[in-house]
Amino acid sequence: MIEGRVWKFGDHINTDLIIPGRYLDDYSAANLAAHALEDADPQFAKQVRKGDILVAGRNFGCGSSREQAPLALKYAGVGAVVAGSFARIFFRNAINVGLPVVVCPKASQVIKPGDVIRIDLHQGTIDVVGAKQVLKFDPMPDFMRSILESGGLVPYTRERLHQK
Amino acid sequence: MRPQTFAEKVLSRASGKDARTGEIVTARIDLAMSHENAALVLQSFHDMGATRVWDRDKIVLLFDHRVPANTVKAAESHKLVREFVRQEGLPLFLDLREGVCHQVLPEMGKVLPGKLIVGTDSHTVTYGALGAFSTGIGATEMASVWATGELWLKVPETKRFSIVGPLPEGTSAKDVALRLIGDIGSDGADYQCIEYVGEVVDAFSLAGRMVLSNMSVEMGAKAGICFPDSKTREFLSTRSSEPWTAVISDAEAEIGESMQFDFSNLGPQVAKPHAVDNVVSVEEVEGVPLDQVFIGSCTNGRMEDLLAAERVLRGKKAANGVRLIIAPASREIYIEASEKGILASLARSGAVILNPGCGPCLGAHEGLLAAGERCISTTNRNFKGRMGSPKAEIYLASPATAAASALKGAIADPREVSS
Ligand code: SF4
Repeated sequence: MIEGRVWKFGDHINTDLIIPGRYLDDYSAANLAAHALEDADPQFAKQVRKGDILVAGRNFGCGSSREQAPLALKYAGVGAVVAGSFARIFFRNAINVGLPVVVCPKASQVIKPGDVIRIDLHQGTIDVVGAKQVLKFDPMPDFMRSILESGGLVPYTRERLHQK
Repeated sequence: MRPQTFAEKVLSRASGKDARTGEIVTARIDLAMSHENAALVLQSFHDMGATRVWDRDKIVLLFDHRVPANTVKAAESHKLVREFVRQEGLPLFLDLREGVCHQVLPEMGKVLPGKLIVGTDSHTVTYGALGAFSTGIGATEMASVWATGELWLKVPETKRFSIVGPLPEGTSAKDVALRLIGDIGSDGADYQCIEYVGEVVDAFSLAGRMVLSNMSVEMGAKAGICFPDSKTREFLSTRSSEPWTAVISDAEAEIGESMQFDFSNLGPQVAKPHAVDNVVSVEEVEGVPLDQVFIGSCTNGRMEDLLAAERVLRGKKAANGVRLIIAPASREIYIEASEKGILASLARSGAVILNPGCGPCLGAHEGLLAAGERCISTTNRNFKGRMGSPKAEIYLASPATAAASALKGAIADPREVSS
């Protein structure tokens, strides 16, 4: 179960908005977290709290293949991203770095900034706390969820290489 | 055998099973490319506890995004990768010599029809122009490809764009790509494999087809394919001795959606800030004043692009107050353009010629924009902050439009300048 306070973003939040190219020569967590979503909302990196959840519109993460995009969000403390749709590389990268991503087109219409929501990845539900409203989404395939639950592709592969 | 799409054929071969659209398969990778972000791949590779790469001859590494190194941090990450290459004895390492990855791999003869290629770069889709299935992946999954040679992939649905022409004089592949993105939208082909067919595609050179395939990712596509023909064969004949056979969708294969575009009246197109699908015809933005013009990148830094720009600029000067920056996409192109006198001619027109590489395309170096500045660029993304300040504006266009705009110091219609 993932629970957190909501930040809202619009459609087509691209990877340059999530972490601009000018910061990409430094892979450190501190650098990436400090500039997360800087060009979309300059206040975000300063005010985001651990466990906060992003709710966005269509095509979240479009643009480059930079894995630093989901990493920047993860290092900034983001607990999950819910969007109407995701660009494919961002979606893969998010799972691979252990950042939960949920496809739910209704979410951005229904959920408001500052709401507290509870996501159940197994059941495929988003519960808007205090609003008696539950949204549904298609749970992801089992192997993707196991990658997420191991904390990402690195620990997941480490376990598997170890077992061989 | 049931009729299969191109994507199903390649992924069936690579996974050793009958791969159907929508299924997730584990596929064996034929070629894996990384640039500077190999440093990030390396970190995950070590963190995974992997020790050896699965196949030394299938990993291509080079630097193109920040070459020569523009910061100490970039230099250090280059060094890290060089050390790994030396330890592992990787033969296909090109360092910073060759230029932009997506131009260099085809030039090396490493991209063959029907191959399954992945790269840690979203524009890896470019190789679809030669009939390969190629797509971008992240650094961590590349680490697992280095370790195992395998990757899970969903077999994409196919979308077919059939392009009717002929194109009017002065309209280029870039104008076609921009118009398609404008029509389809930046998520209009999400997760899909686009097949480009029709007389316009057939008439394009491989360079033109590479523009289409390259920009496919700007519609969200997983791959963008042009089927191989005699031009593909000729291009590869001097570059690769490996045998290959063209992989083409069966006539009865299940195509998700087929769309026809009649571009026989299409003029030059421009994408306005800050979205690639914000596309208008050049007339609508004519006269917008500019501070910088960039011609280059994996989209439009090829020989025919430099020639198109030079044709417009020849014997004339870029307007006062506008910076004209040109980066040939590869060393091969740089040499050819320099031997043909094209670079000298462009320099006489006032151009600053950069070393082969990504140049200012990704906003790392060699021509960043200040707040309030405006640039027209032959690259593929005009996102806010892409080329420097988030308060700068980027317009995307063809090399001819960019060159005409350099002459005027404002966005201009190349048909008026060259005729
Ligand atoms: S030229 Fe631009 S788009 Fe192409 S690989 Fe380099 S940075 Fe990416």
